Amino acid sequence: MTTTDPGGPGTALPTPSHTVGPFYGYALPFPGGGDIAPLGHPDTLTLRGYVYDGAGDPLPDAFLELWGPDPAGNVPDVDGSLRRDQATGGHLGRNGVEFTGWGRVQTDADGHWYARTLRPGARGRSAPYVSVCVFARGLLTHLFTRIYLPDDEAALAADPLLSRLPDARRDTLVAARERDGVYRFDIRLQGEGETVFLEFA
Amino acid sequence: MPLTQQDIDAEIAAEHAAYARRVADGAPVEHHPRRDYAPYRSSALRHPRQPPVTIDVRRDPELVELRSPAFGERDLSAVDDDLTRHHHGEPIGERITVSGRLLDRQGRPVRGQLVEIWQANAAGRYAHRREQHDAPLDPNFTGVGRTLTGPDGSYRFTTVRPGPYPWRNHVGAWRPAHIHFSLFGPAFTQRLVTQMYFPNDPLFRYDPILQSVTDDAARQRLVAVYDHGLSVPEFSLGYRWDIVLDGPDATWIEEGR
Ligand SMILES: [Fe+3]
Repeated sequence: MTTTDPGGPGTALPTPSHTVGPFYGYALPFPGGGDIAPLGHPDTLTLRGYVYDGAGDPLPDAFLELWGPDPAGNVPDVDGSLRRDQATGGHLGRNGVEFTGWGRVQTDADGHWYARTLRPGARGRSAPYVSVCVFARGLLTHLFTRIYLPDDEAALAADPLLSRLPDARRDTLVAARERDGVYRFDIRLQGEGETVFLEFA
Repeated sequence: MPLTQQDIDAEIAAEHAAYARRVADGAPVEHHPRRDYAPYRSSALRHPRQPPVTIDVRRDPELVELRSPAFGERDLSAVDDDLTRHHHGEPIGERITVSGRLLDRQGRPVRGQLVEIWQANAAGRYAHRREQHDAPLDPNFTGVGRTLTGPDGSYRFTTVRPGPYPWRNHVGAWRPAHIHFSLFGPAFTQRLVTQMYFPNDPLFRYDPILQSVTDDAARQRLVAVYDHGLSVPEFSLGYRWDIVLDGPDATWIEEGR
């Protein structure tokens, strides 16, 4: 089945997505991938959760990328998330000073992930959130979602995405506060309580 | 009953026929795999059943997803783009040069962005602890590389041609030789993880992962072309593979698409 694209002239046709497969583990994750917050920053928060499949089993072979603004709502343009040692070729880790806004975290053997990042500030009309991209063996195309923080009900109520969703679906995008600065966000790929996933157009 | 290649072939053919009917009925071209593609068994419990919620980025230009993380020289070390030089000795296998350009949907080069690759060795074995295929490991090959795209969006890697490898989707399942690619664009919405294949591989038609791209033209875009001009005399064979990132970026708003 060969088809022509409906896009206009000059439109380049996209390269299809493929699953990340089972063997990315020695290639993509890096030490300190979830330690996004600069050391000792007062606005640091911990995000953690599980990724579950449609049978309710946790995924030991998924990873997430987190991407968010700084506490003032500014988007970082700082590199250095993956700093390398020029002498050995190994990973140096982040420098603990600069905030790159981006991190990559694997699920553990029991499906649990965690990250420490800075509390995101609000941007535009949206309530504060961290953008998430989910990859896994078995997932032919990655999935986008968002982690909203539960602290400001008025901001959540006014958010252009959340306000479009029925309550039960909306709640899948709002992290649960476990204690000061620690939030739980589980991702359910399929079935009951399925997380809301996003596409951008 | 163990699942045979014939079973999977029939399922692949049914998925292709279903796509042909959708398009004939006026449905849009599908450039990407559907996440619920049954011939790839691992997708069964890992695809959402609810449709994704669409965000029209033109309504909010401040979305953090319209920007992307930055990568720079300090995120690389000097030989990260030459996978044949990561150990003291030379890896076994046919040396190849893989190069191309990273572009957006408008055909514009994507500059200064991170490209990560990983692959099996020439015998079809990954340097991964969970890999059970009993082909030999190569002490001189890990199979991980990264680079940044140049001002014209170009990237270039030196590596060895990976071998095909068996997997357990069904009895007799073999993946065609491929290199995994991870890419970033100017917007996080353009994020892409995919695989590059080599021309004329006889395993293409049997592989449910490649066939999950049901559109023939789209599937062909995953296959590199042999490019004699890229071959390095007395050193490597050249393969060219251009990559086009999907998804909106900030300029979609200015141009109103
Ligand atoms: Fe692979």
